[in-house]
Amino acid sequence: MTTATGTYSPKPGAAPLPRMIAAQAALETKMLLRNGEQLLLTVVIPTLLLALFSSVDIVDTGRGKAVDFLAPGILALAVMSTAFTGQAIATGFERRYGVLKRLASSPLPRWGLMAAKTASVLVTEVLQVILLTVIAFALGWSPHGDPAAVLLLLVLGTAAFSGLGLLMAGTLKAEATLAAANLVFLLLLVGGGVIVPLTKFGPAAQHVLGLLPISALSDGLRDVLQHGAGMPWGDLGILAVWAVLALAAAGKFFRWE
Amino acid sequence: MRSEPVVQVQALEKRYGTKTAVNGLDLVAEAGVTAVLGPNGAGKTTTVETCEGYRRPDSGTVRVLGLDPVRQSAELRPRIGVMLQSGGVYSGARADEMLRHVARLHAHPLDVAALIERLGLGSCGRTSYRRLSGGQQQRLALAMAVVGRPELVFLDEPTAGLDPQARRATWDLVKDLRADGVSVILTTHYMEEAEQLADDVAIIDGGRVIAQGSPEELCKGGAENTLRFTGRPGLDVGSLLKALPSDCTAAELTPGSYRVVGKVDPQLLATVTSWCAQHGVMPDRISVERHTLEDVFLELTGKELRS
Repeated sequence: MTTATGTYSPKPGAAPLPRMIAAQAALETKMLLRNGEQLLLTVVIPTLLLALFSSVDIVDTGRGKAVDFLAPGILALAVMSTAFTGQAIATGFERRYGVLKRLASSPLPRWGLMAAKTASVLVTEVLQVILLTVIAFALGWSPHGDPAAVLLLLVLGTAAFSGLGLLMAGTLKAEATLAAANLVFLLLLVGGGVIVPLTKFGPAAQHVLGLLPISALSDGLRDVLQHGAGMPWGDLGILAVWAVLALAAAGKFFRWE
Repeated sequence: MRSEPVVQVQALEKRYGTKTAVNGLDLVAEAGVTAVLGPNGAGKTTTVETCEGYRRPDSGTVRVLGLDPVRQSAELRPRIGVMLQSGGVYSGARADEMLRHVARLHAHPLDVAALIERLGLGSCGRTSYRRLSGGQQQRLALAMAVVGRPELVFLDEPTAGLDPQARRATWDLVKDLRADGVSVILTTHYMEEAEQLADDVAIIDGGRVIAQGSPEELCKGGAENTLRFTGRPGLDVGSLLKALPSDCTAAELTPGSYRVVGKVDPQLLATVTSWCAQHGVMPDRISVERHTLEDVFLELTGKELRS
């Protein structure tokens, strides 16, 4: 016969909310940094593209140093790789493997989980920006402009891409998300003004491509960092519209299992 | 110690599209260990997941620890522990890492190292979840359900596919939880599991509870038991019947082989043997066949448990 030891006697309670969110964000970040494919997407590809295209004259980037054109585009790519592609794939598989379901019955509220995911994305982006900035400076980058405008662009871009990534992860199957997120990454890398200037496309195509979140982000960052422009309201507006629509759709259609 | 039931389900209905998973189910679980027993597709998981707040009832009411699992989820979640049938862990996470994480979401968690030791998860080392064996994954899920020191634990088929040793370890933990005052609702299609662990068993089939009671009650309640003996052929069965309680039947199945069907208890056994003594019969090979939960189940549902 089993006797009571008191080891398991009930003493329930949720941890304080900030501690739960911090723990969740730390775990999510750890999982991301441990995942080889994710690192390829968020660190290796942006770094390689920046270094390669800045030092070898493959794409005509217009007047001035190639790095001055490329660095803003690669920063936009970094945001997309983490907030959209990486987050979509990771969340898709968390949904598939019941992680989201299991966490939904833990004391961490759903909005807390989302806050933690956002924090994890932001931490990763800070690491990316530091790394890419150091490399860009080593390649002779000379940025201009208002840091506040840059920050605002990055934050709105993150919101827009997070919304799109979560919408995809919360509605499609994990495998479909994996395939689609990578495909979209590739297409937007080519057609979103990241390393290829939009002027290379026809005028009609330019108009459409210019409305993409990646184009708005890379164009806005380039206006500020390369040309020292003030607040790029047009690009900020495009990003804001994407952010509102994508986050609202994700909120409405996201399925936890 | 009669307190409020830990789970109260009334007239629960749940459909997925045109398929009715739960069809007017009533279930009251008191403190202690309650086993929800049923074949695949009986509605066990749907019922438990409704209690956990994952599913919204189409109709009926569900109260867990007195709370509505959907509307009062925030209040309820810290007080329950959940073990899903599978998954629930980041594929790249290590066992100790995931368990520590769940512990961090609670205010007064168990000692993680001791729990890892207890469930034999120490050998998992730096292996990521997706590379753990099925048994290790199950035990991790169990550990995650109890680490927050809940009042009530839901275990959905906690030992499905486990080897006998791992199953024993899980049973021992459930017994310890019970001894320390943690209530447990577990679904299973292992009879032995229900008989070993449960204070109360609810048998579910076709989305309804078709019988509920302690394993002993169910075994003597729903099913008739049988007493057999052999003696010389052609005994006077009519006289034996007169000696037996009125709800019993007796028959000579083949010459010299007799069967009594009824509520077999010590009194009945004594009646049969004294009748034999009066008639100078030596009842050879006298045997009592007590019904197991397995028989009860078969009788009630016409189905084998494990399909």
